[in-house]
Formats: sequence, C-alpha cells, structure tokens
Amino acid sequence: MSNLEAFRADARAWLEENCPPSMRTPMVTDEIVWGGRNATFKNPDSRLWLERMGEKGWTCPTWPTEYGGGGLSNEESLILADELRRISARPALSSFGISMLGPVLLEYGTHEQKMEHIPKIVRGEIRWCQGYSEPGAGSDLASLQTKAVLDGDNYTINGSKVWTSYANLSDWIFCLVRTDSEVPKHSGISFILFDMASKGISTKPIQLISGASPFCETFFDDVQVPARNLVGRLNDGWTIAKRLLQHERTMISSFGLAGGNIDRGANNMTLDQAAKHYRGDTDRISDPVLRDQIASFMIDTDAFALTSRRSAEESKQSEGPNATSSMLKYYGCELNKRRYELMLSAMGNRALGWAGDEFDSGELAITREWLRSKANSIEGGTAEVQLNVIAKRVLGLPDLLSLGRK
Amino acid sequence: MSLILNEDQRMLKESALSFCRENVPLSVLRRLRDSGDELGFDADIWRQIVDLGWTGMTVPEAYGGFDFGFGGLGIVLEASGRSLLNSPLISTVLLSVTAINLGGSEQQKQAHLPAVVAGESVLAMAVDEKPHHDPVDVRTMATVDGDSYLLSGRKVMVLDGHIADWLIVSARTSGNVSEENGISLFVVDARADGISVERTHMVDGRNSATVILENVRVSAESLLGDRDHGYVLLERVLDTGRIGLAAEMLGSMQEVFERIIEYLRQREQFGVPIGAFQALQHRAAEMYCEIELCKSAVVAALNALDSESTEVPMLASLAKAKCSEVFCTVSNEGVQMHGGIGMTDEFDIGFFLKRARVAQHLLGDQVYHRDRYASCKNF
Repeated sequence: MSNLEAFRADARAWLEENCPPSMRTPMVTDEIVWGGRNATFKNPDSRLWLERMGEKGWTCPTWPTEYGGGGLSNEESLILADELRRISARPALSSFGISMLGPVLLEYGTHEQKMEHIPKIVRGEIRWCQGYSEPGAGSDLASLQTKAVLDGDNYTINGSKVWTSYANLSDWIFCLVRTDSEVPKHSGISFILFDMASKGISTKPIQLISGASPFCETFFDDVQVPARNLVGRLNDGWTIAKRLLQHERTMISSFGLAGGNIDRGANNMTLDQAAKHYRGDTDRISDPVLRDQIASFMIDTDAFALTSRRSAEESKQSEGPNATSSMLKYYGCELNKRRYELMLSAMGNRALGWAGDEFDSGELAITREWLRSKANSIEGGTAEVQLNVIAKRVLGLPDLLSLGRK
Repeated sequence: MSLILNEDQRMLKESALSFCRENVPLSVLRRLRDSGDELGFDADIWRQIVDLGWTGMTVPEAYGGFDFGFGGLGIVLEASGRSLLNSPLISTVLLSVTAINLGGSEQQKQAHLPAVVAGESVLAMAVDEKPHHDPVDVRTMATVDGDSYLLSGRKVMVLDGHIADWLIVSARTSGNVSEENGISLFVVDARADGISVERTHMVDGRNSATVILENVRVSAESLLGDRDHGYVLLERVLDTGRIGLAAEMLGSMQEVFERIIEYLRQREQFGVPIGAFQALQHRAAEMYCEIELCKSAVVAALNALDSESTEVPMLASLAKAKCSEVFCTVSNEGVQMHGGIGMTDEFDIGFFLKRARVAQHLLGDQVYHRDRYASCKNF
C-alpha cells in the first residue's frame, strides 16, 4: 500500500470513529459553527465534531503542525476532502480566520504572532472579523482614513469601518489603518490585529434588504493596541491587504458553486427540479425559454466548476491563489445572482413570499437568499473592480488614471 | 484526469503552435479563396502535417498510427484554429477515422486507416440533409437489392465532399424519418456510379459539397457497424467531431482575443491607447473569463473521450454550446473593437468572423446543444 493509500485508510477509519451521525447530514444555516469565545452550539454534536477536528488540526489540514494545523501535504488534504465528502460530513468550522487571516499570517507574521493566533484559529477559539471598508473607502479601499498613531509601546487607533461582517459577534479584528498620511495613499497603510473587547470599540449592525444584519458599522475611539500586533513592515500593509483579498475572492467565488437549492422538508430541489415542480411538469420543463436559460446557466456552472478545479491544479504548481482569483470571484458571483433570478422565474409567486404560514420555510429562504445574492458582486471587491483588476493585471491594459497623472 | 497538460502534451502543443505560426499564415487561406483553388487546401502544408504525424494521432499503432489520444488531436486542432488552417483534419482525421476505428470491420480498418495516416486518402462524412443539423432526420434510403444495397438521397454540408475518395453516408434501412432505429452507415466509393458531387462555396472559404446519390449500388461489406443500429456509432462520431470543433474554435477565439488586446494597447485616440478606456477594458475582461471557461470545457470533454466516459454526450454538448456562444461574441467584438479597419477585407479579422459562424453551425449550434444538454440532464 502506498503512503497515500495508507493515509486514506487511516483518515476513513478516524472519520468513521469520530464524525457524529448528525454531522453527516446537510448543513442547516442556523447550525453553522463560527467558533469564538461566545460560540453557541445549537446541536451539541457540532461542539464535539469541532473539538475532535480541531484537536487533529483537520479544520486547517495543510497548516503546519507547529501551529496546531494538520500538517498534511496537498495530496493528503485532497484525500481528506474526498473522505469528508464521501460521508457528507459538515464543515466542522467556518471562519474568516481560516479562509482569510490564517494564510496571510502564516506568510507574513512573526513566529510569536503565529504561536499566539494560529492555534486558536485552528480550534475555533477566537472568531475574527475584517476591518477593511470605510464610509469613504469602498472600491477605492486604499483611501482609508482610520488612523493609528504610535505612542510608546502602543498604537492609538481612531476612525470607523463599515460592512464589517459579524463585528458584533467577533473576538478579534484584522484591520487596515493609516500610519502615514504624507505619502501616496498605498504607501502609508499598515495591517494590524486587535482584540474587539478593547476599550473604545463599538459596533452597530446594519439591516439589509434581505432583512438580515450580517454587517456592522464599527467605531474606534482612542483604542490602545500593542505595537507588536502590527503584521509585516510598517506602512507595507497594502501588500498584505491585497494578498488577503485574493484569499477572500477565492472564498466568495465558491458561492457560485454551492447553494441555491430549495430545502423543502425532505426534498432538496435543484433549479431544474424546481422549474418542473412549480409548473407541474414531469419529464421536461414545458416553458422552452426558461428551459434554454436554465441549460445555459448550468452549462456555465459546470464550466466554471471545471475552471475552479483547473485553477487549483495550476496554483498547486506555484504558491497560493493566482491572478485568476479575480476572474473566479467575478464569474462565481455573477453565476450566483443568475441562479437566484432563475429560481424566481422557476417558482413564480412561491418565491416572492416574505413571511407567514402560506409559504414553507424553504420557499421563504429563497426570497431572502435572492436578495442576499445581490451583495455577492459588491462584497470583497465589486464586479467592476474585479474587471479592472483583470484588465490591468492579467491583460496588461493601461490605467487611464495613471496616464492622466503623467 | 488532470485538467492541465502533461509533459508530452506540452511539447506537442509547443510544436503544433510553432508549426502553425511559421508555416500557416492567414495569407494561405486568402490565396486559396482568391485563386478559387480546386483542391481548396494547400497540398504542401498537408504533406507536412502528415509528416508531423497529425493524421495518425488517434489511430492505433496496429494500423500505422501513434495512439496519442484525443487529448493530442485536440491540441493540434486548437493550434490549427489559430491559423484558420484549412485541411482534411476535421473531415478525415477527426470524423471519419473515428467512425472507422470504432465501427469498422478488420477489413475496413486495414483498407482505410493506414491510407489516412499516410495522407493518401480523404474521407468525408455525409450526414446533414437540411438547413439545420438534425442527424436523426434521415431521408436517404438504403434498400436491399440482392446481395447489395441501393442508396438514394441528398446530403448537404459534406465537408471536403468535393475531393473525398470515400464517403461515409448515413442512410435509412428501416424505421420512420426521425427515428434513431433504422439508421445505418455505409462507406461508399466517392466515384461510384450514381453519385454526383457539387462543390459549395461557403462564407469561411472552406470546402464542402452537396452530394446526390441516385441508386448507388454498394456491397453488403460496405456497411459500417450494425445494420439499423448505426445511430449509436454515429452519435459517438458526431460527439467526437463536436469536441474537436470546440477545440478548433478555442484556438481561433484565443487568436482573435490576443489580436484585440494588442490593438487596444497600440491604437491611440484622444491622446491615449484606447485600451485605457474602461468601457473597452470591461468587455475585454469579460471575454477573458468566458474564454477561460471554454478552455476548461474543452479539456474536460477531450479527457472524457480518452477515458471513454459515459459523460461524453453531455460534455460534448457543453463544450460545443459554450465555445459556439463565446466564439460568436469574440468574433463580433473582434470586428467592433478594430473599428473601421475591422470591416475591410484587407485586414484579417473578418476571416475569423466568417469561420466562427460556420464552425458554430457545424454539427449543431449553441441552441441545438443547450437543448441536448438539458435532455442529458433530464429536464
């Protein structure tokens, strides 16, 4: 037996032993585990599953064992993912620590910073939020104004962030701050970490068109942060910020591949099944235009899934996500929006309910998710920003703004 | 199977691209078109292609081929698409070789495959009968007459039909029009009595023909595969053709796209390169994304052919639908983004627009294949 085959056998046996049966069912939104100091576990098996996976380091399979990760090779982690899929295991932990901060901290952080933060990310003990956008800095992120001023061993931070996902529920923040206002805007930004329990921080949830409030306004009023929490070099935070955005885009682009099914009790319906169900069709969708649109959408979804896989194979040969992350982010988000528009066409007035017993929970969820999907092409860099990045970085087209400055 | 090329495939791609770049400029197609060349392709270039071994790419070694698989043939077709290479690669190597290799008797394989590898024989598939691709709708009849069959009917868009030595003809041996059952394939000598061939000049400057069969007598040994059950074989051959055409279109669309980007960088208006304008940048970036999807669709479909996957029909329709749609967009943008010069015959971009529409149409356009994909997925 080769080493990889042996690893597969071991992983399978361990999962058989350790993955509770209720964790082998499709994930429901309110049982997603985000971890953190105030983590709640609606299903007690979720806690058990997180503890076991965290102990093993398999919440972050390829991260070094030195910092609590699984220490697996790329090949082994693919096998593990395979085995998890085989038993339909739920993710033990969802977190921005895993998908965004961890990878850049491993790349740019000091040994001490890694020792302090990485193991807690792996075990889901600290929940992280992202301090990027500001009221005056959206697509033009680098014009951010939240200030950090060094005073002895501490930075004093003043300013505000917006669209901070789950800031009100998070324990720590990774934050972009201005540490030099006298230089061109990209050259005066630093990347810093601090505890959301620090004095002077307040958060205010923002209600969205879907009715949910996943994002906050976050205010900093003379917040004291130890200087050793700065990651990378002073004023070189833009490099880290961009790297992290690549990881964020890769995460968001996966929205295009998942979800969108209506959960109607035992029936988890895909788009084409919903189109037939709500028209009373049996073998083929009777509306030829809708059928053609759904076929076109599914062809693009299949081709996109293949492209994500190809991109992963290509980036394994280099290191980390590559320039295609903007392409995947852009296209994945457009696909997800198309999915929900088609879901509305497929379901008719059953996808337009807002509340009440007339609709089942799966149908009501589609209405909300349709509205939520509109944010996909805004968050993590708008569709237009992604197209700008592709045009300039990938295609090498000139930048009109810098031509104008010449 | 991996979605990226292995070492051998990378080398083949390099050599195919450099061959096409150095030996097949667009001026070749222009010359063939303007001179009304009788053959319709460049015999010297074809000789070199034979020497490179492209004609034997999917032919088993036992018949003189190289058994390099459809992955290899796809690479060659993609490279040929960049130069709009006009040759019997599609009619003979992609379609007919597949038909004979999958459905032929030992005798038929011996008779045809080595001759194709050596570049001594051109074969053409005679399938379509109407303005739209519909391979089930077969009205050409094959009636039994003693020990032989008599073929009568009319076939259109027969690629390389006017120069073919042999024709592979779909004909009805039983069943009603539009029934899969009752379709049979025959390998017919193109010079047999009762066959008349009319060359048709198409907008892309490539070869095709209308073939009329009037009581053409063929022997029972001319049957390719099983009588009445030829459609299974035909569908596999057509799927192979669709995937190969998708690969060719992928090469062509990348060539157009690179020419667009080059033009956007160098053409100046209002004192700056027009590529600095966001209206054009975003259209270019969207095309880039769509072409990336086409690359993945083509490589997955070629893999499916090589691994003889049950997903071949679905992936063939996916690749043909996607590449047809994107090549249509990219070829239109090719003209638009070049502005006035894009409309001139002197400039090459129009050749790609013309080829795009023919390649889209061949073996089913995007509408045909979205319908078929939906059927594969049971909706």
